[in-house]
Amino acid sequence: MLKLERRKEPSKFMLYVTPFVAVVLTMLAGLLLFLLLGKAPVQAITLIYFTPLTSIFSLTELAVKATPLILIAIGLSFGFRAGIWNIGAEGQFIMGAVCGGAVALALYEVQGIWVLPLMCVAGIIGGMLWAAIPAYLRIRFNANEILVSLMLVYVATLLLSILVHGVLRDPDGHNFPESRLFHDSATLPILIENTRAHLGIIVTLVVVVIAWVFVQRHIIGFQIKALGDAPRAAKFAGFSENRIIWLCFLTSGALAGLAGLFEAAGPVGQLVPALPVGYGFTAIIVAFLGRLNPIGIFLGGLLMALTYIGGEGAQIAMSLPSATTSVFQGMLLFFLLATDILINFRFRWISKKPDSLEPAPVSLQQAE
Amino acid sequence: MTNETLLTLSGLTKQFPGVLANDNVSFEIKKGEIHALLGENGAGKSTLVKIIYGVNKPDAGTMLLNGIPFSPTKPSEARAQGIGMVFQHFSLFEALTVAENIELGISPELAKNGLRERIIDMSKQYGLELDPDRLIGSLSVGVRQRVEIVRCLLQDPQLIIMDEPTSVLTPQEVDVLFQTLQRLRNEGRSILYISHKLEEIRALCEHATILRGGKVVATCTPAEESAKSLAEMMIGSSLTLPQRETNTPGDVRLSVEHLSLKNEDPFGADLQDINFEVKSGEIFGIAGVAGNGQNKLMEALIGERFCDGASKIQLDGKEITRSGPNDRRKLGMCFIPEERLGHGAVPDMSLWENTIVTARERRQLSNKGFINIGAAHEFAEQVVNDFDVRTAGIEHAARSLSGGNLQKFIVGRELLQSPAVLIASQPTWGVDAGAASSIHQMLLKIAREGTAILLISQDLDELFAISDRIAVIANGKLSKPENVKDLTIEKIGLDMGGQSQESEIHAEA
Repeated sequence: MLKLERRKEPSKFMLYVTPFVAVVLTMLAGLLLFLLLGKAPVQAITLIYFTPLTSIFSLTELAVKATPLILIAIGLSFGFRAGIWNIGAEGQFIMGAVCGGAVALALYEVQGIWVLPLMCVAGIIGGMLWAAIPAYLRIRFNANEILVSLMLVYVATLLLSILVHGVLRDPDGHNFPESRLFHDSATLPILIENTRAHLGIIVTLVVVVIAWVFVQRHIIGFQIKALGDAPRAAKFAGFSENRIIWLCFLTSGALAGLAGLFEAAGPVGQLVPALPVGYGFTAIIVAFLGRLNPIGIFLGGLLMALTYIGGEGAQIAMSLPSATTSVFQGMLLFFLLATDILINFRFRWISKKPDSLEPAPVSLQQAE
Repeated sequence: MTNETLLTLSGLTKQFPGVLANDNVSFEIKKGEIHALLGENGAGKSTLVKIIYGVNKPDAGTMLLNGIPFSPTKPSEARAQGIGMVFQHFSLFEALTVAENIELGISPELAKNGLRERIIDMSKQYGLELDPDRLIGSLSVGVRQRVEIVRCLLQDPQLIIMDEPTSVLTPQEVDVLFQTLQRLRNEGRSILYISHKLEEIRALCEHATILRGGKVVATCTPAEESAKSLAEMMIGSSLTLPQRETNTPGDVRLSVEHLSLKNEDPFGADLQDINFEVKSGEIFGIAGVAGNGQNKLMEALIGERFCDGASKIQLDGKEITRSGPNDRRKLGMCFIPEERLGHGAVPDMSLWENTIVTARERRQLSNKGFINIGAAHEFAEQVVNDFDVRTAGIEHAARSLSGGNLQKFIVGRELLQSPAVLIASQPTWGVDAGAASSIHQMLLKIAREGTAILLISQDLDELFAISDRIAVIANGKLSKPENVKDLTIEKIGLDMGGQSQESEIHAEA
């Protein structure tokens, strides 16, 4: 019979292989799903996973989608490593867009190369302040940061709505709930003409590299990992848990805020109620898909963006339901979590012995 | 003692992934004898008694109980056939009373009518005084053990398995336990007595079976052997006992004054006005039964928690009362906590990463916040080589090492930082005799080189072997330290029971 047996230490091999296994299993399950729906399965999978890779334009769209996902996921991965669960990146994303966007609108008459950096700073601060709320409540009152950060997403969504219905509304916009379009100084420069590929993509690449260096080489990355693995040992090492909580929340808030500002000052170009489209939540999947490692997150973000672009393409080409993208993302996380058991466990084939004794009972508890 | 055999084990073999825990184990337990099962950690003692008690099933081999084949598939079956067990780690609920705990742990038929009275009768009969209405949380460890024993006796067992029963007791409590055990033997019951304390086995047991690497390596009559010869059978090589030279202590390096600390655990002990000094070149031992404040004292000395009010801790004359663990390390303090996995080491990190946990300042493993991976690797290799840590490599996770090897790694990591003051809690707990002896040698060596060592231990043999002075912690208070040569086991035992109230008022150096 097949038996699950605990490994002596986590398998490095499985750590890197299971994301790929999960992708393959998602494709297979997708094939089955389309078959049951009566749609051409191979065509659908091709449209989702391969067609977007065949044109320059869809590749740049891929990068545009992947940018906020990667930025947010990198911020989240710090906390997730330490066992600090910021689920509210979506709210921090919105607050970044609101604060950065407000600066752009306040300086509507002003041109200058310093406008955009100022917006970035405002966006980062906005995200950090929003993330500071769950951090403070956790440290001061031991409030559950998962709930607090998640609730603040809805507060942020409504706040954005109030603002674009009120003070930030375009005076010449016929009462539509949206802000003015940002002017040129307040919009991210485009990298490739006639596409939406913007400067934020480059910034994201830089962030990936810096984050990698911090995680691998810096004592801060070490502290975060130690706190996540063994809180008592982290304390023994002299690392302050409260400082790490602040650090993780402020970092993830800053990066989510920056991503929000990039979205507002990039592809969207103004503040609208529909600005948040769930990047903050999808980034959670990206962070785990990438093994909480910046390079992995980079690849995971590209993959997740692919399902967005491909899913949309397939919806249009084959008139699939709009839930297709979400279903694929959900399946991907499901298979990833399921195959992750192989990191700490392995399958062993136990043959029944033709012994006078009954076979040994199958259990996990007797490893000692 | 009769010559009838109660339990016969023949050819018991049990394979676990990667380790043959029992290899063709055969021996007999006679009726009315106390039979010792001796062996180092990992020799297979626990696996063997779990087979007898029906927790594990053997892969091969048979057992006969009173001549009838016996193969329990679960503990309740073993109990029904007259096997009882008193575990090393008690399975009692602190928030329930003695009677409630006993009721939960026995079969429903036995728990009916008049259980309270039977508990009182039983405890009187065997000299194990118990009040059935006391909360477990309010009882000392020794009394908790009585609860376990009474619970076991209520089932009228023929064979009682006792796993390291004295490791949590004061010497006086040990005497009471031995009287009880002898009374049980005289009634014709048999006792399988697991221990690695050789003197008590020599005093108590008629026969001994010695396990090493899962095999029976010897059977003997303990009274005819010396503790040294028993130990050598256990570890399979000759043993060098630590050599202590008399040395004159130097200046005070660690001084603790009026240390108090509240315990957040309602059943745990608060530290109350603890005072002591440790001098250069000295090993200062703190004895005590587990749960009397040792953990809090360790936390306070590491700096994981700051102490209350008037507490004052000084290292080489510098006040460190409000310094965190890292600042204390910078000034020369190193620590060996009792729990290795999860406190002394991060389980999922590799050995070289685990050097960074404590040695990054003193061994310059980081520079301006960036980790010097080369230096950390080098230091980890040095620890592994110098302290004979058996591992496939420093890239392997701490949790993949056996307990004894990880302990050697942690001890090595701290000692190689040449500490001014070393605080060690239970440094040889669960370590095999050979490694324990080498750890003792190392401690003596760095003490000779001027380190002040504070040794917190529950093992009196260890404390008497290497300490210069000993104090006892009981219920969060520290007794007056005494020179080892002026002390007896009996005196320490009284303090461990918290009975010498007058001597704890103050303790000057």
